[in-house]
Amino acid sequence: MLQITNVEKTFNKGTINEKKALQNLNLTMNEGDFITVIGGNGAGKSTMLNMIAGVYPIDAGTITLDGVNISRWPEHKVAKYIGRVFQDPMRGTAAGMEIEENLALAYRRGKSRTLKWGVTSAEKELYHEKLKVLGLGLEDRMTSKVGLLSGGQRQALTLLMATLQQPKLLLLDEHTAALDPKTAKTVLELTEKIVEENHLTALMVTHNMKDAIRLGNRLIMMHEGHIIYDVAGEEKKNLQVADLLKKFEEASGGEFANDRMMLS
Amino acid sequence: MNAIFLAMPSAISQGVLWGIMVLGIFITYKILDIADLTVDGSFALGGCVCAMLIVQNGWNPWLALLMAAVAGMLAGAVTGILHTVFEIPAILAGILTQISLWSVNLKIMGQSNVPLLNSDTIFTGLVNAMGLKQSNAALIIGIVIAIILIVVLYWFFGTELGSALRATGNNIDMIRALGVNTKVMKVLALMLSNALVGLSGGLVCQSQKYADINMGTGAIVIGLAAIVIGDVLFGRLRSFGSKLTSAVLGSVVYFIIRAIVLQLGMDANYMKLLSAIIVALALSVPVVVQKVKAKKAYSAEGGAK
Repeated sequence: MLQITNVEKTFNKGTINEKKALQNLNLTMNEGDFITVIGGNGAGKSTMLNMIAGVYPIDAGTITLDGVNISRWPEHKVAKYIGRVFQDPMRGTAAGMEIEENLALAYRRGKSRTLKWGVTSAEKELYHEKLKVLGLGLEDRMTSKVGLLSGGQRQALTLLMATLQQPKLLLLDEHTAALDPKTAKTVLELTEKIVEENHLTALMVTHNMKDAIRLGNRLIMMHEGHIIYDVAGEEKKNLQVADLLKKFEEASGGEFANDRMMLS
Repeated sequence: MNAIFLAMPSAISQGVLWGIMVLGIFITYKILDIADLTVDGSFALGGCVCAMLIVQNGWNPWLALLMAAVAGMLAGAVTGILHTVFEIPAILAGILTQISLWSVNLKIMGQSNVPLLNSDTIFTGLVNAMGLKQSNAALIIGIVIAIILIVVLYWFFGTELGSALRATGNNIDMIRALGVNTKVMKVLALMLSNALVGLSGGLVCQSQKYADINMGTGAIVIGLAAIVIGDVLFGRLRSFGSKLTSAVLGSVVYFIIRAIVLQLGMDANYMKLLSAIIVALALSVPVVVQKVKAKKAYSAEGGAK
């Protein structure tokens, strides 16, 4: 359903800060795939997600989603098909607006914004039900400003917002990395639940190797802007963190994985 | 003292008519989080267009007023396109439009000011029918227009489109990821804002019975001063409708203060300085208070105390 073919992206081309972020990137995702993405700093994980989402234009190659070529689409157009949760909990929600207003904005993802009233009462019931599922008590605070919520609550809300309108593809960019371990666990459990219940196709970048092995049906490892290891099914389930580290060393020619990866 | 009282009706009516402009500035400054300097130019543009259509072309004053708003809207579109398509920083884009409008306005009028002495204005009917003074008629009509605009804006910002516009000012990354073309939103907001500014320019022109090339000079600072005065006086009110209302009331208070200090003998030329000081104070006081608080809260002993 998602087909990435020979994609390349270089930042600051022709300057001293030139950085080849993606090189010869190829990936085929099937309907219902939940892929976890790991790799060292600067491996191109986030860049890959940003390129799919149309944040920056790619330099070469093609990206197609369900047969539609979205390679050069701007971000707001790709958004019709894609739900996103960012690493920074502040980025996914509008602090100065109410919880229900945020949800209403997300409910209209990819639709044209008309002069109809922004939040209908029928919707409010839907949001109440959906918020209840999060188990954070947000259903009783629907008219509170989102700025009053904690980082974990905001991230859970963002997750709900990203999936309120069923996306063809869900992009999770280290969405638990900025949270404390306990909250991160809660948000991760919610992620599993939402992905499973809605049969979503998802790409999740993480620094936590255990999570990467435990979650999803497929795991890819990136290095220097392309995929160096792609494993699925039984083989993935039986992986150990040590295996991944070894793979990483092999593929990167004996380099050690960075500290953050070692520790997690 | 008596003289101050006598100056009040005219000050209040001016405050209301300029308050329409403040609603426009509220949209860019408070909702979109942009200081749009187009305002000085688009306010005068509204006045010039309105005056010329009435005096030279004999237009109905209400239609002339409408065209003042349309002219303002176009000026806003120019700033919007410079800012979004060509990625010129918002402040600079506004300055470019403002400066160019000075020449445009002079071209429109052919001279630096145009009097409306013998022409009918939107206030003439009320003055004749009720035997009201010009400033009282301006006050009544100004209040009616302000109320209508506040209701319309309240409605608009509650719609899907209006919500998307508010979200553009609140968290642009988020709303883009939710499929909204934020460039279109910005241009739309600048057009809407400057339409109100142009309309206000037309109203002021008709109430003072002349248009002047310099009538918009410093308008942005007056608008910001009105907004911060409104914030200080009515900031506790949280609803969107009351925020819009407090913007207009802030403008009224500004013109009352202005009338008082002028009656007390202050040179009118110092008014711009005073406006700038009000804005600078309003913006710097919270910062200073924060710093003083942080300094007081610091203790070298820390938790051991």
